Amino acid sequence: MIQIKNLHKSYKMGTSSLHVLKGINFNIEEGELVAIMGSSGSGKSTLLNILGMLDIADEGDYILDNVPIKNLNETKAAKYRNKFLGFVFQSFNLINYKTALENVSLPLYYQGIARKERQELALDYLERVGLKEWSTHLPSELSGGQKQRVAIARAMASKPKVLLADEPTGALDSKTSFEVMDLIQKINEEGKTILVVTHEKDIAQMCKRIVKLKDGVIIEDNKIKQILASSYV
Amino acid sequence: MSSFKVIFDKDTWQEIFGSISKNKTRTIITVIGVLWGIFIYITLSGAAKGLDNGFERQFENIAMNSMFIWGQRTSIPYAGYKIGRNIRLRLSDIDYIKKTIPEVQYAVPRNSRGVFTGAPPLVVRKNKSNNYAVYGDFPEFTKIATKKIYDGGRFINEEDIKFKRKVCVIGERTHTELFEKDENPIGQYIRIDNIYFQVIGVHKFIPGGGFESDGDIFIPYETFRKIYNTGNWVQWFTIAAYDDVDVIEVEKNIKATLKRIHKVSPDDERAFGGFNLGEIFNKIVGFSKGMTLLSLIVGIATILAGVIGIGNILLISVKERTKELGVRRALGATPSEVRNQIILESVFLTLIAGVIGIILGAFVLFGINASTQDLTDFPYTNPTVPIPFVLGALFIMVFLGTLIGLIPAQRAVSIKPIDALREE
Repeated sequence: MIQIKNLHKSYKMGTSSLHVLKGINFNIEEGELVAIMGSSGSGKSTLLNILGMLDIADEGDYILDNVPIKNLNETKAAKYRNKFLGFVFQSFNLINYKTALENVSLPLYYQGIARKERQELALDYLERVGLKEWSTHLPSELSGGQKQRVAIARAMASKPKVLLADEPTGALDSKTSFEVMDLIQKINEEGKTILVVTHEKDIAQMCKRIVKLKDGVIIEDNKIKQILASSYV
Repeated sequence: MSSFKVIFDKDTWQEIFGSISKNKTRTIITVIGVLWGIFIYITLSGAAKGLDNGFERQFENIAMNSMFIWGQRTSIPYAGYKIGRNIRLRLSDIDYIKKTIPEVQYAVPRNSRGVFTGAPPLVVRKNKSNNYAVYGDFPEFTKIATKKIYDGGRFINEEDIKFKRKVCVIGERTHTELFEKDENPIGQYIRIDNIYFQVIGVHKFIPGGGFESDGDIFIPYETFRKIYNTGNWVQWFTIAAYDDVDVIEVEKNIKATLKRIHKVSPDDERAFGGFNLGEIFNKIVGFSKGMTLLSLIVGIATILAGVIGIGNILLISVKERTKELGVRRALGATPSEVRNQIILESVFLTLIAGVIGIILGAFVLFGINASTQDLTDFPYTNPTVPIPFVLGALFIMVFLGTLIGLIPAQRAVSIKPIDALREE
């Protein structure tokens, strides 16, 4: 599903430049649930941004679902993001003046799906994350866990190839963290490829594979035995 | 999606309406600026138009390119005549003027009693009497100055002139003062300077400058001439030029011609007096045109200030919404979709503000109109703004709204989603 070869990225900091990614190579198959771990500054967020087409690599190849991702302008990147990727953020990033339903239907709006169909689909996804009754509520009326579930429903609504989650449990207490991970695992069981960036070990253990980054290189890449989040809930 | 399609897409508007209606304070503050601008514009230009209409109404009963010319005393000795000679216009001057000056459409002589010279004649009917000014008129006079005659009556006609009939058109006041209430004066007789005249009409007096009043009595010119023994002597000419000619030039030509006939020095400015309505009217038209221009400039400047305000607030709001716009970009909004959204928000706000401003302005104009309805001496009638002006203002607003919306839109697009989404 994802093939990365010799990925380099450096940032200019005034006169000096900071080499963040120093040749990353890895492949992700369809249906994998991968945790990307590493301390701050290890380059894990940069990697996720490049995978999410929010940033562009200086060097190397990135192939997503057999489509080489290169020479992106903003319009093309937006279309690819909309078509291939779903984002889940640490701070949820729901639009605060839109209801849960409107938030979930937003990527469908950018796909050009008609309003009625969009709402039906969005409601369907809200039901899947167990928040059908909350569809008319604003984000400010939802708890942290609920917000993240809305965000996951939003990420899923556009039927992406890959779900990218940047510290999805970073702002949640452990109980709701496990609830969210349980949801992510269930989505993965349905066959969705998911990447989770985290620095929490117990969250990483709930994935099927852990990729550890340090100073811009992969130092460890192991398949592990997944711990089910439902056993904690 | 092409930008043309976007404008007519229901979803686009729902998205914009959503973002606008959910930031109420911002929307209201933004709208007030432009609303005020268009309100000022509509009110001012409506008021200017009202003034314009008012002036026009003052002149509606007289041709706007007409003038009066009368004889005075010479101030320069000429051709053997000494200074201070009385100049009297003659009936034959009329034919000469008409023949030699092709710009003159109508030229009518007029005599009067009790306006400039002589005491107003005593007019008696049964046991009632009063003094009224009497004019000797030709039917042609109504071609220059309209006389509204009440139903059942008529103005002097050619037959009256030909047969020197003793008929008269009386004023409204004359009617009420000399006749009983509900009495039809038509066909009745009144005595003017002890001569019986049959009343053939009652004229409706329209105020609007000049020296006429609601008591004036008009009799056939030839009758007047016979009774008061004026001979060839004419008190003044009422002359109307054709619509498309320069009335000031025509007045000069007429005076020059008259000077030649009456053997007056060409340099004598005092021998003939004149009152040129066209000239005065042109000045008033110039004034009201100036008012209209002023209201246009003030209005557009205020609208501009309002639209700049919209741009300013949208710019701030783009900064506030950095994260939201970043999320939209991450979810697949293309830069042009984000740009269109911000521009359309700007245009939509401008338009809403414009429409409300126009409605409020219309209400104020309506109020002004209602309160000045009964003021006959105040030149103010029917304050309106022509529809093309309103549409023009709206168009300018939409145009400026788009233009000013480009700035925040460009700012919104220049924000990279990665920067917008970066955790603090």
